[in-house]
Amino acid sequence: MAQVKRPLSPHLQVYRWGAHMAVSIINRMTGVALAVGTILLAWWLVAIATGYEYFNTIQGYADSILGRLVLFGLTYALMQHLAGGIRHLFMDTGKMYDLKSNTLSAKLTFVFAIVTTLAIWFAAYKVMGRL
Amino acid sequence: MAEFSLPANSKIGKGKTVKADGAKNTKNFSIYRWNPDDGENPKMDTYEVDLDTCGPMVLDALIKIKNEMDSTVTFRRSCREGVCGSCAMNIDGTNTLACTKAIEDVKGDVAITPLPHMEVVKDLVPDLSNFYAQYASIKPWMRTQSTTPEKERRQSKEDRVKLDGLYECILCACCSTSCPSYWWNGDKYLGPAVLLQAYRWLIDSRDEATGERLDNLEDPFRLYRCHTIMNCANACPKGLNPAKAIAEIKKMMVERKG
Repeated sequence: MAQVKRPLSPHLQVYRWGAHMAVSIINRMTGVALAVGTILLAWWLVAIATGYEYFNTIQGYADSILGRLVLFGLTYALMQHLAGGIRHLFMDTGKMYDLKSNTLSAKLTFVFAIVTTLAIWFAAYKVMGRL
Repeated sequence: MAEFSLPANSKIGKGKTVKADGAKNTKNFSIYRWNPDDGENPKMDTYEVDLDTCGPMVLDALIKIKNEMDSTVTFRRSCREGVCGSCAMNIDGTNTLACTKAIEDVKGDVAITPLPHMEVVKDLVPDLSNFYAQYASIKPWMRTQSTTPEKERRQSKEDRVKLDGLYECILCACCSTSCPSYWWNGDKYLGPAVLLQAYRWLIDSRDEATGERLDNLEDPFRLYRCHTIMNCANACPKGLNPAKAIAEIKKMMVERKG
């Protein structure tokens, strides 16, 4: 008798998430977002070099609701990836592997990213006199 | 490329419900079922267990179900005290041993599925052939070149202490099958359990094959697929830390390059 094809047991479908797992995948996702963001940054730099008129057009895009949402997202991605990267730096030296400090540091990356993102945007609005 | 969803033959359907007649204090156990002989997809069967006549652990409930409600429910078990590692499975979303997991620690219904991302032989029994082959590949025994001494090979107390947190591993595979890297690259990445064992021999002061052992692990997949997700250490029913052991191996790799 030919062997029946065995099923694959459920994995992502059943596994319970924790901060340690979330910070890992978010670090990767923000990394990808930042790679795309770098293309946008290059575009913006090209606009500066191209001339006043074109630069104004791009600034207009950036200042639109959608543009500001993207920039806000990129700010968060940068801060989250920064915090995750620093956490990885400690782990690369063999530290923060005990469950307590590992979970705590995972949660702290989210706190850091959210607080600094809001602070940067608050400062930016303040400087531009829009508050 | 990682496949995040289950293949068509692995999608889980809804199964039957077996009631515990006349019982007052009950809990539902939802159990993954797959029978190689009926040609159907896996499904979740629900068993209502009378807790007043059941032992405290999830394994007690499984044995009760098998004895009193449905003798076809299939799972591995042996020592029932966390020493053999046979009853490793996913309970309430986390890999652990059914024999040391208390029923009262699970809120609501108890969902039980096989160890994740493994081929299922039947019900809660996964095929561990690849896992054992990977274990064999690290040559988990003492390798020496020096002349065999007349008595035992001696070890200082300090060197012996280095094996604590490593030798206790029972190879239940809870950690390896909790690891997303192992899910996506289990054919090439050795996984946390086997790497913890690899480290157990790397730091044993009596072993003389350290260089060869490191050579064997110096590979983009075997060792370096560990991205410190930490599911392994969170899952280990013996409280060990495979992620830390892997980090120590990575440090040894750097140090030997000088």
